[in-house]
Amino acid sequence: MIYPIVIEILQTLILLAAAPAFIGWIRMVKCWFQGRTSPGIFQPYRDIAKLFSKDVVLAENASWIFRFTPYLVFGATVLMAGIIPILSVDLPFSATADVIALVALFAIARFFTALAGMDIGTAFGGMGSSREMTIASLAEPAMLMAIFTVSLVSQSTSLSQMVQVVAHGQFILRPSLAFALLAFILITLAETGRVPVDNPATHLELTMIHEAMILEYSGRHLALIEWAGMMKLFIFAVLGIALFLPWGVAATGVLTGIPAAFLFLIVKLGFIGIVLVLIETGLAKMRIFRVPEFLGSAFLFATLGMLSYFMLE
Amino acid sequence: MTLLILLSISLLSAITLAFVGDRKIATEINILGSAATFFAGVGLAVQVYMQGPMLAAGKFFFVDAFNVYLAVLTSFVSMTTAIFSRRYMRREREHGRVGHWGMRFYHAMFQLFIFAMLLALLTNNIGVLWIAMELATLSTVLLVSLYRTPTAIEAAWKYFILCGVGIALALFGTVLLYFAAERVLGEGGEALLWTNLNQVKSLLEPTVLSLAFVFLMVGYGTKVGLVPLHNWLPDAHSEGPTPISAVLSGLLLNIALYALVRCKVLVDGATGTHQAGYIMMGFGLLSILVAAFSILRQKDIKRMFAYSSIEHMGIATFAFGLGGPIATFGALLHMLVHSLTKSAIFFTVGHASQMNETQEMSKIKGLIKGNPLVGWGLMFGVMAIVGMPPFGVFVSEFLILTATIKNAPLLTPLLLVGLVVAFAALFRRVQPMVAGEIPANQQFLKVAHIPVILHMVLVLIIGLYMPNFLAEWFHTAAGLLK
Amino acid sequence: MNLAAQINSLLAALILLTAFGLLVQKRMYGLLHIFAWQGLFLSVSTAVVGYAAGTHHLYISSVLTLLLKVILLPYILHVLIQRLQIHKEIETVVNVPTTMLIGIALVIFSYHLTAPIRELSTLVTRSTLAVALATVMIGLLMMITRRHAVTQIIGFLAMENGLFFAATSATYGMPLVVELGVALDILIAAFIFGIFFFHIRTTFDSLDVKQMAKLKEED
Repeated sequence: MIYPIVIEILQTLILLAAAPAFIGWIRMVKCWFQGRTSPGIFQPYRDIAKLFSKDVVLAENASWIFRFTPYLVFGATVLMAGIIPILSVDLPFSATADVIALVALFAIARFFTALAGMDIGTAFGGMGSSREMTIASLAEPAMLMAIFTVSLVSQSTSLSQMVQVVAHGQFILRPSLAFALLAFILITLAETGRVPVDNPATHLELTMIHEAMILEYSGRHLALIEWAGMMKLFIFAVLGIALFLPWGVAATGVLTGIPAAFLFLIVKLGFIGIVLVLIETGLAKMRIFRVPEFLGSAFLFATLGMLSYFMLE
Repeated sequence: MTLLILLSISLLSAITLAFVGDRKIATEINILGSAATFFAGVGLAVQVYMQGPMLAAGKFFFVDAFNVYLAVLTSFVSMTTAIFSRRYMRREREHGRVGHWGMRFYHAMFQLFIFAMLLALLTNNIGVLWIAMELATLSTVLLVSLYRTPTAIEAAWKYFILCGVGIALALFGTVLLYFAAERVLGEGGEALLWTNLNQVKSLLEPTVLSLAFVFLMVGYGTKVGLVPLHNWLPDAHSEGPTPISAVLSGLLLNIALYALVRCKVLVDGATGTHQAGYIMMGFGLLSILVAAFSILRQKDIKRMFAYSSIEHMGIATFAFGLGGPIATFGALLHMLVHSLTKSAIFFTVGHASQMNETQEMSKIKGLIKGNPLVGWGLMFGVMAIVGMPPFGVFVSEFLILTATIKNAPLLTPLLLVGLVVAFAALFRRVQPMVAGEIPANQQFLKVAHIPVILHMVLVLIIGLYMPNFLAEWFHTAAGLLK
Repeated sequence: MNLAAQINSLLAALILLTAFGLLVQKRMYGLLHIFAWQGLFLSVSTAVVGYAAGTHHLYISSVLTLLLKVILLPYILHVLIQRLQIHKEIETVVNVPTTMLIGIALVIFSYHLTAPIRELSTLVTRSTLAVALATVMIGLLMMITRRHAVTQIIGFLAMENGLFFAATSATYGMPLVVELGVALDILIAAFIFGIFFFHIRTTFDSLDVKQMAKLKEED
């Protein structure tokens, strides 16, 4: 009985520790692709550490929401590590919280970020919040559609069960999963604020979305939000792995599988990082008015995935 | 053997005419080819009349009373149209509306069109029937746009796209039919032969055939010009050269209806219900009513008669849907007399618009004084088409009406409204055109006498006295379509 | 499901995807490429079905599709697009989301329509019939929503692809004589629309069929 809890804790620690490294890896690969010298995989840790050591500067009219949000966002994100089978499917939390709860956690974090963006009352914050909510309102249905397609295949909404079925069942070529994966990739790009929807490295007022909301944060608040942002990308990556590439995740009660699962995880994450960089390098950021079209096609893919589950499988 | 000769004549004529091109002799070759086709058709008809239905070329072709009469009709009307188009097209050439290539194209495609229609009629394979229907569309598309005016191109494009879509749906229906057939007859070409299907029709899966019929109805119904799939028809008829309007209206619509009826026989046999018939009745009645009221609004003479064609195709479809010996007999007769009358009308309309150099009805006047044949021809043609006795259309419409009163009395008022409105609408328009003084700008014209007179006399004969062999024929055909 | 059926399902899904791609693609060459891909998927799928079912005439159909739909027709269209100098034209596609939703509705509709056949059929390909019908319907939708002559023709050809796919999935292909005849008809149609493009271009100065609205019911 103790092992699942150990795994649970292990997963949370991995999330906390590896998320900055994953970002660091992506930035590093990107530097290689663009022919620059990279600051190394550990630069995000140094950034976070630096932010923690700085003072918090609060606006005069900042309410409790503004101060509360970083902790809430961070907490919600950490909680997700308990649900997603990163190393093993043997998770006690996944009995109580399924994939819908996961989406709800994302929604809570986003909601408070948007509120905090508007809280100070600056133009940029409001603009960022409104854009973020526009995108979210389109991305979330598509995300649910994509996830439901996978749960149709595995007949369950519990992530552990979904991984169990896909990874340890018989392999079948499933067009529905292919469509869902396509949709998921598009949604990931939108939700985690990557090119072509948002540019994480810009502070150009016309284009920024996520950065605009957190423009007023400083010190440890900013550190927590940045860290949560890194974890969000990491979670999307491991969620993608869990839904579409779950091979290697340890089955229930197989402790010996954990080290292997860890190795698999590193290889898969490395691969995902490269793919992400390829996408980001290959595409230009699109105008904000074209984002609905982009997410519309994500929704289309997700729906087609669901339909082809019924029609073709 | 006669059958193969019949088919090859038109195909060979098409190839010959493609090489002959714009020479003067082309028109004569066109007439000669069509006449030869006609005589071969008559030969085939005599053969079928004497010996009954037959298969040819290893079951690939099939002739029975139903299609041989349509084959004779097709070859006859194409012959008279070829005679008509000799003078008509010469004048168009002299007036520069058609160029050198246009003439070459016109003649070759005309014969190819006849070939496609005959192939559609005589083939035993419902897949080939589809191919021939598509070929018939494709061969006439560029004839509709022959004058290259913006409206002609628009009409042809519409025709191409709408009929292309329609016929694609018919192919889907054919696929479904083949699916059902394959389960009974096994794989391979045999399963698409109509004669084989007809033998086992009661074993075919009813649900699949009902579904297939919906697609076939929409598909071939587009080509028949049934409302609401008729949008292409008035445009194509009004913008193309008149001989093409005559054959489109008089022949192509018939062939499409033929394809539909052949499929209906199978579907009825499989489902054992009258479902397909009801669908056809619905489409038919809607076409009659919509077309009749549309005639009222027309200003262009060819457009008006195109709507009249929709109306009459609606009547025939309705009658086939109604079923029963009398209605089917009436429908077969109606196809025949409508085809003869409508092509005669288009011949006179073509001359009338050449005389007045316009297709606008308000500008056409004094036809009887200008040219008695054109004037009286149009007058009698319209009298015949609206169903006045003693012409043949009266007989067929009377039969259909009787059958309706007997089998579907509630629909009789609707049918009557359609007929009466069309009657009034056509008469209102025709009288000012034929009567009155000759307008100043009217041209003198050498007209083609033979086709108009021949058609009108035939329609009159059928109206006054139905030849014995024809009646017997229709009885046999009506029996086949039970 | 055996492997061939799985591969066929995957190809069916790809064909459906290309159908949607055609529905929303704005660029001429983009359309052409998607159309060629669709033909390729169709050709491969036909070959896979032919292999799985042991019906060898499907190989001929497959090669025919490859030659006609993947090589010849896209080539003809390519040449036409270049000659007409419309390769840079971008069509304004109105209301993409609505069109997509209608497309999805059509897929569901097709699924329901073909349900009785799926139950009756014993073929490994039976489940792809719904996709085939959906492709036909989406081609139809494309012809309705688009206003460019070339686009409409591509929609028409996509419909033909769907029909061909329907024949393969419902019955392992029509008899060869019919398939050859259909291919011949498409070829003739290709020449006709080629001629048409030039006629429309010279008469209307553009291939936008919106201008062709003179023939209306007069009041």
